[in-house]
Amino acid sequence: MNPLDFTTEELDRLFDLAVDIEANPAKYSKKCEGKKLATCFYEPSTRTRLSFESAMLNLGGSVIGFSDAGSSSASKGESVSDTIRIISCYADICAMRHPKEGAPMVAASRSKIPVINAGDGGHQHPTQTLTDLLTIRSLKGRLGGFTIGLCGDLKFGRTVHSLINALSRYDDITFIMISPEELKVPDYIRDMLTEKGIAFKEVISLEDVMPELDLLYMTRVQRERFFNEEDYIRLKDFYILNKQKMALAKDDMLVLHPLPRVNEISVEVDDDPRAAYFKQVQYGVYVRMALILTLLELV
Amino acid sequence: MLNVGQIEQGYVLDHIPAGKSMSIYHHLGLDKFDSCVAIIKNARSGKLGKKDLMKIECDINSLNLDVLAVICQTITVNVVKDGEIIEKKLLTLPKELKNIMKCKNPRCITSIEQELPHIFYLDEKKEIYRCKYCDEKNHEKF
Repeated sequence: MNPLDFTTEELDRLFDLAVDIEANPAKYSKKCEGKKLATCFYEPSTRTRLSFESAMLNLGGSVIGFSDAGSSSASKGESVSDTIRIISCYADICAMRHPKEGAPMVAASRSKIPVINAGDGGHQHPTQTLTDLLTIRSLKGRLGGFTIGLCGDLKFGRTVHSLINALSRYDDITFIMISPEELKVPDYIRDMLTEKGIAFKEVISLEDVMPELDLLYMTRVQRERFFNEEDYIRLKDFYILNKQKMALAKDDMLVLHPLPRVNEISVEVDDDPRAAYFKQVQYGVYVRMALILTLLELV
Repeated sequence: MLNVGQIEQGYVLDHIPAGKSMSIYHHLGLDKFDSCVAIIKNARSGKLGKKDLMKIECDINSLNLDVLAVICQTITVNVVKDGEIIEKKLLTLPKELKNIMKCKNPRCITSIEQELPHIFYLDEKKEIYRCKYCDEKNHEKF
């Protein structure tokens, strides 16, 4: 699943459901009674896995699964296609994370039960994008009519690419891409924005553009994406959001981050009411609950 | 000048860029074919200077010609029946290609699961093919 596979109307329905879940959790607490979610995580991911598990438990369902390939039959050489055929007999829905790109798609094509892509290598992480969109819609009240700054690793960060693609379908959004020269967005993103006539600019200084932003999406420079340790060390602390920079921003600007953060957001920003990244985690649970209910056709 | 006789039924592929006919021979699976195939390389051409030309004697429904457009969209495909050309096919890039090229992305699921078909879809805006699983663009040259 790619968030762009949903129309904006379908996304609206999903987000409306998530908002209702947030407002009336008791109404949904037994919706998945008797249903099982299989979390098939071929690589470790504490937050995403726990978010899915928490979502299913909040719905009254139960959870089975594994949290790394070593404790699954993949270590014996079993293919994803075979694993999912077996999981289909044990569970009603599956969330899969795999280091190989396209693995959840292969699983979905062989499966009798819905398969949610919980991240496949550097390719896609659709439920993170749904989380980002729901957070923006809930806290800003709209998906459109704002200026969003995307800051940090814009070259390798798949969450940034997915978010730009998803937001590009809404009206009146200006993108400000803030990154060092080495970590600028790939050409295809720039081409897509130009083709669609969407306003964007690329800058290096975060301070210079802070007053313009309605949203700031910070990202981590990921060590695992670099071949050269020296480059990583040089770029990892290129941007650090602190109180001084926050003082330049609008009073209602929001700071988002897909987490985990390392140094790019100073802990002193956590208490600022504009810091929305921990609320974002909570919205991740709501949107995954909405997705599970929708895919199991329980709404 | 070399003369190759007429075919009764099959295809005459004309205006193949010089040197590409053997690639077509392999990609159409003609090496596993039991019928008569004539390949003329480096023939004189008013349009191209030099060209390759192929005559394939076969049932006109037996070949999947999708790969031809990927090799070169300007190839002329003449369909022959009862010794006459009954149709000139226009080549367009197919929306999907199966097992014509292989995904070279080491992070793609096809790199570890050998039994998966290698499927590429057409990115129409850029006229390039991307792997259905990982979206990586095809780098294979024909």
